[in-house]
Amino acid sequence: MRVIYALWLRQIKRYSRARSRLVGAVGQPLLFLLALGYGLGSVFKRAGGGNYLHFLVPGIMAQTVLFSSMFFGINIIFDRQFGFLKETMVTPVSRLKIMLGSALGGATTSLAQGLLVFIISLFLGFRPYNWVMLLVVILILAMLATALTSFSSGVGAFVNDFQGFQAINQFLIFPLYFLSGALYPLTNAPTALRIIADVNPISYAVDALRAALINQSHYGYTKDFLVLGITMTILVLFGVYRFRRIEA
Amino acid sequence: MAETMITAANLVKRFGDVTAVNNISFSVKKGEVFAFLGPNGAGKSTTIKMLTTLLQPTSGEITLSGFDVVTQQEEARKSFGIVFQDPSVDDELTAKENMWLHAVLYNVPKAEIDTRIKELLTLVELWDRRDSRVKTFSGGMKRRLEIARGLLHHPAVLFLDEPTIGLDTQTRNLLWDYVKSLNKTKHMTIFFTTHYLEEAENIAENIAIIDHGIIIAKGTTETLKKITKTKTLEAAYLKLTGKELRDEAANGTERLKLRYRARGGGIR
Ligand SMILES: Nc1ncnc2c1ncn2[C@@H]1O[C@H](COP(=O)(O)OP(=O)(O)O)[C@@H](O)[C@H]1O
Ligand SMILES: [Mg+2]
Repeated sequence: MRVIYALWLRQIKRYSRARSRLVGAVGQPLLFLLALGYGLGSVFKRAGGGNYLHFLVPGIMAQTVLFSSMFFGINIIFDRQFGFLKETMVTPVSRLKIMLGSALGGATTSLAQGLLVFIISLFLGFRPYNWVMLLVVILILAMLATALTSFSSGVGAFVNDFQGFQAINQFLIFPLYFLSGALYPLTNAPTALRIIADVNPISYAVDALRAALINQSHYGYTKDFLVLGITMTILVLFGVYRFRRIEA
Repeated sequence: MAETMITAANLVKRFGDVTAVNNISFSVKKGEVFAFLGPNGAGKSTTIKMLTTLLQPTSGEITLSGFDVVTQQEEARKSFGIVFQDPSVDDELTAKENMWLHAVLYNVPKAEIDTRIKELLTLVELWDRRDSRVKTFSGGMKRRLEIARGLLHHPAVLFLDEPTIGLDTQTRNLLWDYVKSLNKTKHMTIFFTTHYLEEAENIAENIAIIDHGIIIAKGTTETLKKITKTKTLEAAYLKLTGKELRDEAANGTERLKLRYRARGGGIR
């Protein structure tokens, strides 16, 4: 446990020392909230969808966690380039702890960014239907972030260069995001879009967040958490598996 | 006969069509100080990486402290410490944070962590800078930190890959004194590479010379001097490896030519 804590702390320190990152982390979701929330608000209302900003906030929180977690793996590539990866790879610590300690550090900062978006949305007039549900929101974001930072670490472990990592990320992030129901309700979506969303694990995270924040769900909590839990397990195992095979 | 600590048998490592390590075998006894010498690109670091689980050998066997390095990685990792040739500290952390992280990774007893960190950072003259981030350090300071960190836990075998490169004479002496005392008091096995032959002459009990991935000579300083009919280790080394400067990136044909000259050329 102390090892996981030490590696977690390292990521937290590194993150907090690079303050410029925070500007980018908050700027993008804010832009989405303002442009989409206000821009499409009236159309959405006229179509009978209710308050679009309220509908959008859980989606943008998921987006924030998705984007920042998926970029976490870049740290593994930096660690390889700057040599620190060797230091961890020769230690007798199990690869599970090494992978998990760092990934949890990344997940913590992603979670914090997701919550920051929530706080910003309060200033834009958003209110959760029940404040106690904020605990569930934290759980969902933490699971999503852990799943994705583990996955991303695994990718960082076998892609050696920055460009390759970026290419894989771009290829994955946008479909995962746009085809998840983060921006539009799945209930009335065309069948093709709905089927794609059904196989996209991000949809279930978005859905769970929406259930917890505005009491509106497409799949239901049980299915949401089941999919989220399974996804997290598989992706953590993937990350560990890739870490076992690193050569430095 | 003392117990063996490291055994390498018919070790080979190929990177594509480059054979970095070509069928080498050697063994190091428990408590021995062993120097692994050779020109740039000879295969020293590659060998150390294989001994320390960072690279999988193409073929051959390695045991370390009785464990098979390929199949029993985790057990093998418990028995060694290493100072890498290339940088491996975290620039964004402070010197002390780097040390603390290492202590936790190697499960150094809690009660001893602070005293050891202080002792070692003082030894390498970085205690005053303990709370500065490593990215503000000069190359030599970073090197000293790497060394201090490598000595933080007390492994059964310590690998030092060109530890003294870029250090001034005083620091080099301090380092070797400390390493020698660890070897004496903790019976720690030391495996090191260096380009300063007097370091090898002073502290190594046994020496292996590797060139182009092949071990070309093994033995004590005395043996090496005797077989080459020379008076110093440096002269023996030059006679065995040739005088040419080597570039790590030298390509195959260039190396072949160098090798011919090395074998044929007479050395003073
Ligand atoms: N990862 C690698 N990929 C390809 N070639 C490598 C790699 N690592 C080392 N080499 C090559 O292997 C040879 C031995 O290198 P190295 O073990 O670093 O030598 P030394 O440490 O003795 O200077 C060199 O020709 C080097 O270019
Ligand atoms: Mg080397």
